[in-house]
This record gives sequence, structure tokens and C-alpha cells, in this order.
Amino acid sequence: MSRDRTRPIIMPNAVPAAVPADVEPGDAVHPGKPVTVDRYSGAARINHWITAVSLVLLALSGMALFTPKLFFLTGLFGGGQWTRAIHPWIGVVLFFSFMGLFFRFWRANLPAREDGVWVARISDVLGGHEERLPEVGKYNAGQKAVFWSMSALILLLITSGIVMWDQYFYSFTTIEQKRVAILAHSIAAVVAICVWIVHVYAAIWVRGTLSAMTRGHVTGGWAWRHHRKWLRELVQKPGRRTPAE
Amino acid sequence: MTNAWTDIKNTDLVVIMGGNAAEAHPCGFKWVTEAKANRGAKLIVVDPRYTRSAAVSDYYAPIRQGSDIAFLLGVINYCIQNDKVQWDYVKAFTNAAYVVKDGFAYQDGLFTGYDEVKRDYNRSSWDYVIGEDGYAVVDETLQNPRCVWNLLKQHVSVYTPEMVNRICGTPKDKFLKICEMIAECSSPTRTMTSMYALGWTQHSKGAQNIRAMAMVQLILGNIGVRGGGMNALRGHSNIQGLTDLGLMSNLIPGYLTIPTEKEADFPTYMSTRGFKPLRPNQMSYWQNYRKFFVSFQKAMWGAAATPANDYAYQWLPKLDVPSYDVLRAFELMHQGKMNVYFCQGFNPLQAFPNKAKLAESLARLKLLVIMDPLETETARFWENHGIYNAADPAAIQTEVIQLPTTCFAEDEGSLVNSGRWLQWHWPAGSPPGEARTDSFILANIHLRLKELYRKEGGAFPDPILNLTWNYANPEEPTADELAKEMNGYVVSDVLDPNDPTKKVLEAGKQLATFGALRDDGSTAAGCWIFTGCYTEAGNMMARRDNSDPGDTGTYLKWSFAWPANRRILYNRASCDLDGKPWDPSRKLIEWDGTKWSGYDVPDIAPTAKPRDVGPFIMNPEGVSRLFTRGMMRDGPFPAHYEPFESPVVNVIAPKIKGNPVARVFKDDLAQFAETASPEFPYAATSYRLTEHFHYWTKNNHVNSVLQPEFFVEISEELAKEKGIANGGWSRVWSKRGSVLAKTVVTKRIRPLVCDGKTVHIVGIPIHWGFIGAARKGFGANVLTPYVGDANIETPEFKAFLVNIEASAGPASA
Amino acid sequence: MFPAIPNPPVTPPAPKFGEADLVRRSASEVTPPATRLTEVAKLIDVSKCIGCKACQAACIEWNNLHEEIGYNTGFYTNPPDLTENSFTLMRFTEWVNPETDNLEWLIRKDGCMHCADPGCLKACPSPGAIVQYSNGIVDFVHENCIGCGYCIKGCPFNIPRISKVDHTAYKCTLCSDRVAVGQGPACQKACPTQAIVFGTKDEMKDWADFRIKDLKSRGYDNAGLYDPQGVGGTHVMYVLQHADKPSLYAGLPDNPRISPLVETWKGVTKYVGLAAMGFAVAAGFVHHLIAGPNRVSPEDEAEAEKLAGGKPT
Repeated sequence: MSRDRTRPIIMPNAVPAAVPADVEPGDAVHPGKPVTVDRYSGAARINHWITAVSLVLLALSGMALFTPKLFFLTGLFGGGQWTRAIHPWIGVVLFFSFMGLFFRFWRANLPAREDGVWVARISDVLGGHEERLPEVGKYNAGQKAVFWSMSALILLLITSGIVMWDQYFYSFTTIEQKRVAILAHSIAAVVAICVWIVHVYAAIWVRGTLSAMTRGHVTGGWAWRHHRKWLRELVQKPGRRTPAE
Repeated sequence: MTNAWTDIKNTDLVVIMGGNAAEAHPCGFKWVTEAKANRGAKLIVVDPRYTRSAAVSDYYAPIRQGSDIAFLLGVINYCIQNDKVQWDYVKAFTNAAYVVKDGFAYQDGLFTGYDEVKRDYNRSSWDYVIGEDGYAVVDETLQNPRCVWNLLKQHVSVYTPEMVNRICGTPKDKFLKICEMIAECSSPTRTMTSMYALGWTQHSKGAQNIRAMAMVQLILGNIGVRGGGMNALRGHSNIQGLTDLGLMSNLIPGYLTIPTEKEADFPTYMSTRGFKPLRPNQMSYWQNYRKFFVSFQKAMWGAAATPANDYAYQWLPKLDVPSYDVLRAFELMHQGKMNVYFCQGFNPLQAFPNKAKLAESLARLKLLVIMDPLETETARFWENHGIYNAADPAAIQTEVIQLPTTCFAEDEGSLVNSGRWLQWHWPAGSPPGEARTDSFILANIHLRLKELYRKEGGAFPDPILNLTWNYANPEEPTADELAKEMNGYVVSDVLDPNDPTKKVLEAGKQLATFGALRDDGSTAAGCWIFTGCYTEAGNMMARRDNSDPGDTGTYLKWSFAWPANRRILYNRASCDLDGKPWDPSRKLIEWDGTKWSGYDVPDIAPTAKPRDVGPFIMNPEGVSRLFTRGMMRDGPFPAHYEPFESPVVNVIAPKIKGNPVARVFKDDLAQFAETASPEFPYAATSYRLTEHFHYWTKNNHVNSVLQPEFFVEISEELAKEKGIANGGWSRVWSKRGSVLAKTVVTKRIRPLVCDGKTVHIVGIPIHWGFIGAARKGFGANVLTPYVGDANIETPEFKAFLVNIEASAGPASA
Repeated sequence: MFPAIPNPPVTPPAPKFGEADLVRRSASEVTPPATRLTEVAKLIDVSKCIGCKACQAACIEWNNLHEEIGYNTGFYTNPPDLTENSFTLMRFTEWVNPETDNLEWLIRKDGCMHCADPGCLKACPSPGAIVQYSNGIVDFVHENCIGCGYCIKGCPFNIPRISKVDHTAYKCTLCSDRVAVGQGPACQKACPTQAIVFGTKDEMKDWADFRIKDLKSRGYDNAGLYDPQGVGGTHVMYVLQHADKPSLYAGLPDNPRISPLVETWKGVTKYVGLAAMGFAVAAGFVHHLIAGPNRVSPEDEAEAEKLAGGKPT
């Protein structure tokens, strides 16, 4: 099947009364050759990278304590004692940092009608056949799944992490509760790392994505191809300076 | 102890009453666990509280504190009623058959001869009928209604199980079960041991508590045998040595007595110390009193003690009162009549009753000298420690001098344990700072006093100037020198009367036995009962050979036991009339037809024929006494008296408060709560905890970790009634003072029902004060009454009245 | 009396066991030693214990610990719980026996049980921080300890404690330093009633039998040995008057075993987790190989330009 370039541009009947949920402040289209689209503000990127670095450090230090095979990773943190001491603090950084991301992005990650179709056509997603997929907003269902699963997992990790954080919270829970916590923490961490792998892979696989988090913008083509609904919304965005101006 | 710690392993039944051996004597208690593990021995604990001893007991019964005599006389009554008596023993080895004077009687709680004003008895009727032959009259058939046995039977008949229950609060079934277990030991092949301590002594009738059990033991035939005996567990490692050496105001070493004012000269003094036998052939060993006394005087004053000056008899002080015990001393301070006080290894501000009175007394002194290895409350009585010691230093003019001494682990010497073993010890460390041995300090005080007397004369310099002081370093006599002096030595040669070329004793040699002591000044011995501890063969106290032939637990080659290395006193009584052991499996000594020998040093002349000479050689009767004649101030038989502060009226004698002859100072009487006082409704008792040793170990960090903070213990019932939470604060007060304490609410204390009245018990451990590593707290002596035992003046710490309420705790807490 | 262990010689003897005798080492594989040492055990006879706390004091002294002076909390148990400075603790329980209506004061010396199957060691992530010798002693090696507290979760008896000072875990070592030179543990040495005895595990079982017979003769029909098989047996055992109800003794576990949560965590989770992560990575590679990169085409850019309205701003 060839790409259907004749599909009409869906134009709203009227100027929307409000900005769509997945259009965030700072998202903007800059006509040009190529068109560039501002996807993430500087603050959002800093926020993301703090989260990302924390998550990587947590994964490395957590994995070191998770299995003897990876205990050597404690060397990255100055030894076992340092690893043990630092891991929960990084967790705190991650938690607050992620909170920032959460409040920044949660509206854009609310489910949309097209998500169901997107999921139903997951084989087309994996095959790169975006033309067979519905137009999606700023985030597709996969990205939303990453977002929400990370939110849930991080909440679980921080909660169970605090229960395990004996240095400060030993006396607040029973040992049996700590055992539940430690098992939950391990499982949640494994799942979180898997989700992270998917996230990173997707960013690599879908070329042109990384610039969103590095330079803050993507090309118009990237937006057209992957988040066309969002692009249209941006174009329609009230108060957007028209090219004529 | 009549026996030794190691002998307890030989017993069949351990009765812990008036003590808490597991708690207060955990190391010695190992012998109880040995008896239990290897002989199947049973352990009975009778105590107001379910103690640590009770935790490992086979049978426990509660008792109201201060009612032990009623319990024990109840046991005697049971044994008599049920014919559980070792008859051969009782008839031959006790004074059961002795006929008592007609004038003697007991009525309404009093014996014959009571003088209410003097609070004393005329004891002349408390004696045997003496026959024409000069000996006591006996009726071996026990038919004479005036014989001791029949009087005893009559005396104890009121103490029925019902009466015991009314007085003691002990449930009848539990009491009877214990009677049954005890009575089994009337068999010659079963023995019981009594282990007691301050739970019996710290009463206004403490000595009679012990007598009552001694009588039980005699009736069961348990004195002098392996696994039997009356075993006083001493509370300090060397408190036995303290009494042995006569560190009591009315004693000189070896249980000789200080003369009284009435004994103006030596012949008068000796006239009451002849101890003529009361029955034919008896050893009546105190007949040798003069030898012991003269040898003591020679040890004191050497060549200056001569026949001409009655061996310096006049250099001894003469008592104008029965004794200058600690209670009297503080009373005198309080009255301003005593103004210098030496406190050597003693912390009376914690250890004696009514702290407020003690503190007032110390504040009236001119000089207080403290010799102690530790900082003590007494040394700091003038310091303000808030609620714990609200003193006003500016108002106190007492000069306090603290002289730091070595502690037991920093000096050499011997300690006498409860079993009368003199065990030598060596220093394990060097004394800290300026600490010096007690002997250095005392020697220097002596030398300086002597110098002052030499220079300035004085009223009576002779005893000081002539005191024997032959030490290599006069400033610091060594432990060896002092031990040798106490053991005794030959002053001048004694020749064999049959062969004058032979020396029986050679001048300068150490004596081997007190049998060699003489009353002609040719021997010297500082403490006759210790003779044999440091002989020509060397320091016997330092012996450490733990061989034990026959596995008897006597360990004759380990250290030295007074007297004469004898491990079980009265051991002749372990054999029947013919000198054969009552229980062959527990042989101690035996008569082989010509002499006594065995595993222990016989407590009888080696050739004394068994049917002629009685086993209780110190007594003029040669037998033991169920009836003590006039030897105790409060009666020849024990009788139940309530404590001075009691929650109930004396059921036996309702008009009598406390012990009728116990000494009470006038001001203190006003500070006793009324009997059954609604103001002070609860029966309190004070005691030790295993984690601490008196007031010492609160200076030690580890002990303070194990029991950090002052507390009182009450039952769940009382806690509920008073709204006091476990671990919460409560205020406890008596008529003398008030304390704040944490509260341990426990099932181990239960209210008792005595004569229909519920009696709640408040337990108060003694170990906290305002000095040391542990948290600051109060001593139990803030609350306790200022009264002692009628015979020995041990304060009544075990039974008094308090009130209790929930508290918010100290303001700062 | 159980035969006393003779005092050590004046010259320090060579240690009787060491690294070569390890049968388990946390987070590591060890080659089991060719010859195993005789298993040792400490037997605590609760029925002979008088609660004097000499064992506690001896433990503090021998191990040179510094416990805080606490407060009275309404109990004789002081400090109120095991700490990094109190490897052992007398726990006092007042229990009214419903059968006799008599009070019993049950006093149990708490501390490491030296399990044959030690949960602490299983849980420990740090190589060599917890070791088990072939004589049964489970010891903590502090220079390898990272203070994570996993041993606390692994222990079925709630024994290890983490120091607030050096952040490593502490517990009873069974005085491995003393045992190595032929001595018994300090607590055993200090016990005045031989409620604590020490020897080979077989000797201890025999001694326990002797004690249990005595207790049964005194009416303790359920007297018995506590050597729980759920953890493979222990090298600290109790003689209990009521062996049918261990939990009477200040919550001694009736049937201790390593918690299934810990087993799951250190078992299936670890393997499945690693596999899942590996699979995720591998799946990415494979997908990339098969599907190739998802690129934006010039047409896409053109469409975007068309939509955005053309000229650069």
C-alpha cells in the first residue's frame, strides 16, 4: 500500500475555543525549509534529562544490589557503601524530577479516541506503516503507555523504596512489610527498566526523535509523519502568528 | 552458712524464703541448678513477688512480707501434727528433752517478764531447770509437760494452715503442699537446704525469722548433714569477713565481745564467759574463751599485754549501751552528740533508712571522712541534685574529706565468702589516680595519731602508743603480714611438760590451729577462728586444688574455711548416735570405733566417743537449741509479730505493734504509719536486682545499660485501680518521704488476701541514687522506717507502708 | 555439670578455622572445603536460665560494644530490643499457664541462631559480607558489608541490626574469634548456671536430651529441643519447657523459615527480571534489524511545509 497523500487535511469547523490538551505552552510551528516544530521547552528538556540521568544511575546502582553478577557496578559509585547510601537519594531526585515531568505532560497523555485504533494496529506501528495509523496528537498510545506506566512504577518504587530505606525509616514498618516492599521494588524496577528500554529504543528507531529532547525541536516532517494531529493543532493554535504577519 | 555453696549440690530440696538467690546470688545459685539437674532436687520459693528464683522453681507460693515466722511455725506445727520429725535426731541432738523453768510462759504475744517502759524482758525464767548435779534436767521420754518439746508443741499449735493463711495470705493449698514437700525431708536420707538472705534479716524480728527456719531444720534433722543446713547468703563478697573480724561496735575479732561498762575488770568480764557444760562430758568449746581473748590481746599489744595488767584488758573500750550500731550512730549525729564520722567502704545515705533523717544527721557533723573506691551519695550529701537530693550547700558546714581507695580487684588479700571460705585474691590492675589501699590510709592515720600522742600526751595514750606495729613498712602493712597476724603466732617457747627438752611451740612460728592457743600470753592470734589460714606451711587461703575425693563438694584443699578448714559445721550430726552416717550415700565423717574421720574436718574432738559427746560443741548443752534460753532479746521461741508498719493488725496479739522489744527512738516513732493506715494502704518491700550490686554498679556503664532507671513494681490489679500505666510514672510516698519512679506493672506481683483484707504489694528496688552512670533516681531508703531488728539492729527494709498514685514524672523529664 | 572448657593456653594458638572452611559466602560461589569441621552449637536451656543478664554483659564486654544507657519502659528487657551494640538480649515474658493457672516467667536469651540455611546470607547482595563456616557459624565480615539491611529482611528471627555509626550490620558472631582458639562464646563463659553450654552439635543434642528428661519428670510434658528444621536446623538451640509453643517465649517463631517473599525476591525475580531486561534489549535489536529505522521522508517535510504555510519566518 502506498502512502495516501490525498487524504484531506482535517480542518476544524471553527477556531477552537481552547487549546487542545496535548498542545503545551511552547509547542510551536516555525514555517521554513524545513519546517521546524518546537516540541520541548528548555525547562522540559532539563527536567527530562535530570530524570533520565537519575533513572540510569538508579538502574545501575539498583542492579548492582539486585544481583551479585552486577555487584561490580558499585564500583561506579565508589563502592558498596556509597552505592547503598546514594541510591535512595537519587531515587528522591528522580521522584521529584519525574513529578515535574508528570505535571508538565499529564494532560498531553490523557487517552484519546485514536489510541484504541493505534493499539489495535500495533503491527503496523512496529512495521513503520504510519500511513495505516490514525493521526495522533503529541503522543501516541505507546508513548502514553510509557508515560503512565513510568508514573505508576515510580510511585511504587518511591513508596517501597522508603519502606526499605532503613537508615531513616526503619522503625516505621514491620519486617514483613519491608519484605513485601523489597519484592515490589525489585519487580517494579525490572518493569521500569524494560519500559525504559522500550522508550530509548523507540527514540532511536524513530529517527529524528532525539532532537526533540536535545535541541527542543523536531522537523515538520517528523511531526507530520508521527504526530500529525498535534501538528495540525499547532498550526491552528489561536494566537499563532500567521505567515502573513 | 553452716554448709558451703558447693554443698548445695547435695540437697534434695531447696527452700528459698527470705532471699532471692537466683537474683542476688546468681553465681552461687549454680549449685541449686546442679542439685536440680543431677539429684532431681526440687526448689521451693516463698516470696511476696514471683522472683527470678521463682522463675526456675518447682513450686512457688506467695507470702505477705513480714509474716515468715507465722509460716515457719505453721510448718513446724504441720510436722509435729503429722509426725514428720526425725525423732532420733531431735531426741539426741536438740534440747527437746530439756525441762524449762516453771516461771516461763507465753501469752497474748508476750513471753514472761515483759517491761513495757524499757521495751525489754527480764529473761531470768527463760532457762532450764538445773538439777542437783549442776546439770540441766532432761526428760528423754518427752513426757514432762515442761520439756522444750511440749512447750514448742503448745507454742506452735495456734499456727494452723488456716491461721497461716489469715496472717500470710498464702493460699491454704499452697501452704500445705509446701509443708508436705518439706516434711518429706524428715527422713534421714532426704535433706533440705534453706537459702536466705536480707529477706529475713531486714525485719524488726530478723534474727527470729532465721531461728524459726533453724528449728524446722533441726526437727527434720538437716543440720550438720550434706545438702542441709542454714545457709545465709551474704550480700557482699566479704561481709562474712566483716563480722568474723568483729567490725561491729560490740564485738572484737572471732565473735568475742567488747566489755561493757559493768565489766570493770578482767575477772568480772571472764566470770560470765566461763561456759560451764550444762550436761556431762560436753565440750562446751567456749570454755576456751580466755585463751582466745588473751591471744587477741597479745596480738594487739604484744609485750605490753602482761599478766600483771590483765593482758591490757583496760585498754579495750567499754560499752555504755548495748551497741553503737549504725542506727544509733545516726541518731546521735542527729542529736548533735556525734560530730566526726569515718565512712570506710560504706554509703549509708543509700544503705540506711529514712534518707531525710540521714542527710540531716550528716549535715550536723563537723567532719565526714569517706574512704571509698567510688564516688558515693554519702560523700556528696551536701550537693544539690534537684528533687533527687535537694540539699542547700550553703547551709551545710560539714567538712567532707574523700580518700580514694583501691577496689577489690586492685589489691591483695582474702575475702571470706558465705561458706566461711577465706579465699585469697591477687590484684588484677593498678589503682587509678591517687587511690591507696585502706591499710595505707589507716596506717598513716594511726602513725600520725601515735606521733601526736607521743608529743602531746593526752587523756589515755597507752592503747595507741603500745599497739603492736611490727610491719616491714609501717606505712603500709601488707596483706600477708596482716593475715599472719590474724592467724596467730607463738610469742614464747612452750615446752612439753613431760619432756622439757622438747618444744611444743617455738617462738616466732605461725600457729597451725586454734587448739594450740594458750591463755598465759605465750601465743598471739588476732582472730582465733582464722587460725590455720596462714601457717608455717604457707598461705592456706591461696590454695587452689579443686580435688574433691568422694565427690562430696567439700574441696578441702581449696582455700581455707574457718574454723579449722571445716566445710560443714556440726558435721558430727551427720551421723547417728553410734557415729554412723544417717545416709550412707552422703557420708561426711564417721566414727570408726576409735576416732572420727572422713571427707570433712570433724566438728568434734577426734576421739570423742559418739554416745558421750554431743555434736553441738560450742553449746554448753552439747545439743542444739529449739528453745534458746535467754540468748535472744525477743523470746526463746520465735513468735509472729507484724512489721512496725503493717497493713493488718496482728491476728495473734492484736494489741502489739511491731516487735515489742525492738528499739525505737522517740522521734522515729512519730514517723511510723498507723497499723492498717488508710493514708498508707499498701505494703511495700525493697529489694535488689540481679543487674546491680547495691549502689556500686550504677557507676558502671554496662550494668547501667542492663537496668538503667529507677522503677517500682505493682500488680495489674493495683495499676488498674490507680490508673497507672506500664512504663509510666508514679509517685510513691511513705510517712518519711516521696519518690518518683517508672512503673513496671507485672503479673509477678498479685494482691494477697490477709484475714479477709486485700493487701496490695508495692515492690521497690534499691539501686538508684544521684551519683553514677545510670539515670538519676531515688533510693528506696527515702521511704523506709528507722527501726532495726531487736537483736542485731538490721533495719526493717523489707516491710513498710506506702501510698502510690500516677504521676506526670519529674518536671524536667 | 557439663564439662568446663579449659582456659586457653598463654601463648595464642593458631586459629582452628578460617577462610578455607567457608561453605557459603554471600553473593559469591565457594568451593566447599574437602574436609568439614565438626558442627558446633550453643545450647540455651531456658529452664535453667535465671535471667541475670551476665551473658548480655559478657557480650558487650568481649565485643567491646558501647550500648546506650536507656530508660525503663515497663519491662525487665533492657535495652528494649536488640541493637548493633547488643548482640544478645534477655527477653522476659510473663505467662499464666492455662492448665495450671500458675504464672511462669519465661526468660529467653535472644540472638543469632546461626541457621544451617541462613536467610541473612541468602539475602545479602555484597560478596563476602556474610559467610558460613563448615562448623556452622554464620559471621558478618564488616569490611564487605554495605549496610543495605537486606540481611534483616532475610532473617527469620529478626536479629541483625545496622549501626548508625559505621552503617554495617551487626549480630552475634557466636564468638567466632573465641571458638577459633578453642574457647566457648563469652556468654557461655559468663553464664553462672550453665543455662548456656557450648560444644559440638551432637554433644549439645545429647545434653538437651538429658535436660528434657529432667523437665518431663517435673511435669513439663511438652519439654523439647528447639532446632527448627525449616532453616535446616540451627547452631544455637533452645531447651524449652513448652516446645510445642515456641512463640510463648517472646515470639520465638513456631516454624521459622526464610520468608517466601525473600525466596521469591532472591530467586525467581532475579532470574526472570534479568531475562526480561535482556529480552527487551534483544527485541530492540531484532526489531531494528528487521524493520530498519523509521525515517522521515522528504515528502513528509513537504507536507509539513505545506501545512505550516511555507516561508520561513
